[in-house]
Amino acid sequence: MADVGMTAMTGPRGAKPRKTLSGRNIMLYGTLLVVCVYYLLPLWVMVMTSLKGMPEVRIGNIFAPPVEVTFQPWVKAWAEACTGLNCDGLSRGFWNSVLITVPSVIVSIAIASVNGYALINWKFKGSDVFFTILIFGSFIPYQIMLYPIVILLREMGIYGTLWGLIIVHTIFGMPILTLLFRNYFSAIPEELFKAARVDGAGFWGIYFRIMLPMSLPIFVVALILQVTGIWNDFLFGVVFTKPDLYPMTVQLNNIVNSVQGVKEYNVNMAATVLTGLVPLIVYFVSGKLFVRGIAAGAVKG
Amino acid sequence: MSAASEADAIRTSSVAKPRPRWTRNISSKIAAVPMILTALVVFLGGTIWTVVYSFTNSKLLPKANFVGFDQYERLWSQSRWLVSIENLLFYGVMSLVFTVVMGFILAVLMDQKIRHEDTFRTIMLYPFALSFIVTGLVWQWILNPDFGIQGIVRDLGWTSFTFDPLNNPDTVLFGLLIAGLWQGTGFVMCLMLAGLRGIDEDIWKAARVDGIPTWKTYVMVIIPMMRPVFITTLVIVASGIIRLYDLVVAMTSGGPGGNASQVPAMYVYDYMFQAQNLGQGFAASTMMLLSVLIVLIPWAYLEFGGKKHG
Repeated sequence: MADVGMTAMTGPRGAKPRKTLSGRNIMLYGTLLVVCVYYLLPLWVMVMTSLKGMPEVRIGNIFAPPVEVTFQPWVKAWAEACTGLNCDGLSRGFWNSVLITVPSVIVSIAIASVNGYALINWKFKGSDVFFTILIFGSFIPYQIMLYPIVILLREMGIYGTLWGLIIVHTIFGMPILTLLFRNYFSAIPEELFKAARVDGAGFWGIYFRIMLPMSLPIFVVALILQVTGIWNDFLFGVVFTKPDLYPMTVQLNNIVNSVQGVKEYNVNMAATVLTGLVPLIVYFVSGKLFVRGIAAGAVKG
Repeated sequence: MSAASEADAIRTSSVAKPRPRWTRNISSKIAAVPMILTALVVFLGGTIWTVVYSFTNSKLLPKANFVGFDQYERLWSQSRWLVSIENLLFYGVMSLVFTVVMGFILAVLMDQKIRHEDTFRTIMLYPFALSFIVTGLVWQWILNPDFGIQGIVRDLGWTSFTFDPLNNPDTVLFGLLIAGLWQGTGFVMCLMLAGLRGIDEDIWKAARVDGIPTWKTYVMVIIPMMRPVFITTLVIVASGIIRLYDLVVAMTSGGPGGNASQVPAMYVYDYMFQAQNLGQGFAASTMMLLSVLIVLIPWAYLEFGGKKHG
């Protein structure tokens, strides 16, 4: 009784505490958990299958964890799986993808950031027209530009080489990256730019001493965007490289969907996990910046 | 006199014509060269080139031998192309409706001030970091008739259970859809969530004061307010769908039964780089361009035409 009197006197303070087990919350979290199961299931199946031996895959349940954990499928996928005549596993594709992704990311970001900077601070007649074409071009299906690019690269003598593919990635990364950098640079106060001009800094001086150091976050966003995008590319890899230079995604597809031989599902899944590993690591490490990257990519300036 | 006019001439030339116009800010123009080349040569030039050569009878190599609309007539009489278009329409509509509806519902659930929001978002968005090839191969395995879902349910004793979408021409598109939705819904959810967060808190307060039920506020107030977000999402998702290629290659290679899950992008690739029939490939890719323009032009009109009128 005294207790009641006390509470009545002090009165409730702060927000009314929510019941954690209300019907609404059970529905809400229940739905979200079911959704999460749908999203996590493939990752679980992929990893579990890759850790089983083939006999266990044949008799067992794909959702069950392995009775006997083996890393043999991983070793085989990495070093022995065959595509056509090559039997040196996915490692070849992995290194090709590294050789493609690293220069493509550097070149495309370098060019697009300078370009975005030029579009904001050094406008010239017609610069906006080119930019509009660039943005519209990003919506056009790549298929329509594939063959002209093949011709251009052939004329330059780099069709089928890694450099050819690097140029292609730079070209198709340009719209989104330029947009990204342009929007970011436009938020940097113009007074800074003018002050540097008065002090006699030129185009490159301002870029390297002011714009670059002030824009590190957007460079990280661009890096995430490009690494995952280029690593995951399939179409350009197929069209612009030769079998010896195929990136990892193309080689993975050739390994798994090859019609010859006995299907080794555990090796296939190990290969799939290996290919997905790089973007997944980038994703889990980058966290919120990844979301920011795709949002920046999606919402037009 | 002559000395003065000479001096005058020197002064005017050094003041009025310091340098030719195009050399001013030369660095910035050099910096924009890659963009100009990309925009003019690759995007504009490449597109025009392909459209022009779609009117030729190029086979192995592009030849400027114009044959009018022959390639298009052939294209539209190919059952493989007609199936591709049908598939793309069906997949596209289903995929658009489901990604947008599911993405919105998930975003609403995420917007209920829930705990562990970051964890939920991380889980829903991670498939978007994976390639369509990886996505396709995982789902191909899960949908495997012998070892996947069907096999497991049969092992449980329900021996007549059938769930084998990828090997049945009638249901193969649903198989693709399951995988495509898994990969892309998280992304749409993020876009929608950003849209929901952008809505003024006062709107919610006003609705609460007026005693409008929450669901009704979403349908009647929030969704109309989020129109720009919906339009942007639709355009992004739709232009992605038209490019649909990797997922089909990984999951079905266009099968079963030869062409049950063919899509236009596959037709283009096969004719351009496998069948040595460039003209058909060009005509098909021009049709793809047209379909994008059908999506893009109304959007651009709404987006930019609308702004002018305020």
